[in-house]
Amino acid sequence: MGKWNSAALHPRETQFMSIPVLHVPLRRRVTNRKVTVASCIGAAVLLAIVVVAGQLLAGQAVTADFSAKSLMPSADHLFGTDWMGRDMLARTFAGLSTSVLIGLLAACVSALIALAIAAIAALGGKRADAVVTWFVDLFMGIPHIVMLILISYALGKGVVGVTVAVSLTHWPSLTRVLRAEILQCRESQFVAHAQKLGQSRLRIALTHMVPYVLPQFIVGLVLLFPHAIMHEAAITFLGFGLPPDIPAIGIILSESMSYLSAGMWWLALFPGLALVLTVMLFDVVGSNLRRILDPHSSQE
Amino acid sequence: MARFILKHIVRLALLLFAVSVIAFLLISLSPVDPVQANVGQAAWTSMSEAKRAQLAEYWGVDVPIWQRYVNWLTSTLQGDLGTSLRYNAPVADVISWRAGNTLLLMAVAWVVSGVLGFTLGIVAGVKRGSIVDKVVKAYCFVLAATPTFWLGLLFLMVFAVALGWFPIGFSTPIGKAAADVTLLDVAHHMVLPAITLSVVGVAQIALHTREKTIDVMESDYVRFARARGMGTWEAVRRHGLRNLALPAITLQFASISEIFGGSVLVEQVFSYPGLGQAAVTAALGGDAALLVAIAVVSSAFVFGGNLVANILYGMIDPRIRRGEAARG
Repeated sequence: MGKWNSAALHPRETQFMSIPVLHVPLRRRVTNRKVTVASCIGAAVLLAIVVVAGQLLAGQAVTADFSAKSLMPSADHLFGTDWMGRDMLARTFAGLSTSVLIGLLAACVSALIALAIAAIAALGGKRADAVVTWFVDLFMGIPHIVMLILISYALGKGVVGVTVAVSLTHWPSLTRVLRAEILQCRESQFVAHAQKLGQSRLRIALTHMVPYVLPQFIVGLVLLFPHAIMHEAAITFLGFGLPPDIPAIGIILSESMSYLSAGMWWLALFPGLALVLTVMLFDVVGSNLRRILDPHSSQE
Repeated sequence: MARFILKHIVRLALLLFAVSVIAFLLISLSPVDPVQANVGQAAWTSMSEAKRAQLAEYWGVDVPIWQRYVNWLTSTLQGDLGTSLRYNAPVADVISWRAGNTLLLMAVAWVVSGVLGFTLGIVAGVKRGSIVDKVVKAYCFVLAATPTFWLGLLFLMVFAVALGWFPIGFSTPIGKAAADVTLLDVAHHMVLPAITLSVVGVAQIALHTREKTIDVMESDYVRFARARGMGTWEAVRRHGLRNLALPAITLQFASISEIFGGSVLVEQVFSYPGLGQAAVTAALGGDAALLVAIAVVSSAFVFGGNLVANILYGMIDPRIRRGEAARG
């Protein structure tokens, strides 16, 4: 309640002072909401621009120009060039776009898996619940990166291996959240009343459960993106998956390792920075979307 | 108490068994041919069919998977984890030496990130809305989005290449006999990897502790303590610290999986000879025996961490122990 207000005052003073909500100026609250929506849409648009730009620059990203080898960042090449004279700006964007697309696919698949498993756990009875909980514990216990390595090894490395590995390993945490949500919904009074009123199971599922769980599902899905992208970059960095001719952030960074001791710092600095910014954009989209969709957190 | 611990140990054994089954299944699914990976591409193409068949028979290619698994399990339980193809040594030896390196690295990072994150979280929570709070929050949000390996690369560029303060890689100086390596050498080589891991690890625990601190500062007991005339920091120390420590301990034990993941990447960046680097080498080189063993050992770290957390919890907070006993 009135958190923006407490920032202006000393914390000690706000503690003993309760500010009635009615006193908060109305205009300010409206802008709050608008800021949330605007930053959410703005970040999403920026991400779309990154993907499109990356696809457009894909050709330029692999063109070698041996007359412009290993150049420092300049007006012509904002991010510099690598040892084959490839423009790092184009490579970074192309790499980001590959990473974002794989991340999107992987997050969607993982979220759907989580939804299905959570539904089985919450609605399938006590035994199904125990089995699912045990499996969630099991998968949470295997270090994520080891699981990624194992799956991509099982699929013979390559693009498919990485994509499938990232898609199949992000479900456990979201499964926990969704299972709790569905259980809470099932125990709720409005579902009990609907049952007493003789509504069919399908109708209860569609009109009561789906609207209850959907916001959590969407927010969980969006918040999976950053993880998926970071893990994609990590596993590619380790040398699994994508062939060197497809620019991906992980590949760019692992290639840059060989040139670090030669002092070519720009090969690692800018692509990594771009990755950090992209991941933060996804975080902005996710947390603002949560504020929009989830009434409980909109006051935070 | 004994029953409480026993129950968790049985659970741990079951989970590790399941991990070994999963790892075994996934590795046997792989199209990477371990026989071919073992003899090498050149030798494989110049080999006669009969010779290949002989090799395949020697390595037991036609043995059904469940039988292979039973073989593996029985010899593993007797302490024989097989032979690593890449390192040409018994898997148990490869792992025990590397696990020591990794555990040392992880332990330092775990303690540093835990203490630092906890302190920063409390300071930020108590001074909510101040400059300190904003800096800590910004730091955590940026760090949460930063890939560990990139941060490692940055540190490597700045402190090892540009400034030359620290060595570029490995856990001991190159060309120095193992007997001559001093503790100082080991520490010197570990500074950068450990700092990288710690800096990344701080984010989660600091943010979490900050939230909890805000709750505690708004609680009735702190308000009462302050009403009695106690200073802010004394109230935090006397009334807040214990309430804040418990969730922080849980979180820190739960983060072992992430710290291990981070150490895999950091070891790769700094060429630090640990389990993570061995896992990557094993998977890229088709070294099945080593890969299974690493999967099991690294999971044992994580489950072991959770087990310790549960037992510690039972000791610190008697309510939980009673709850567990009543249920199980």
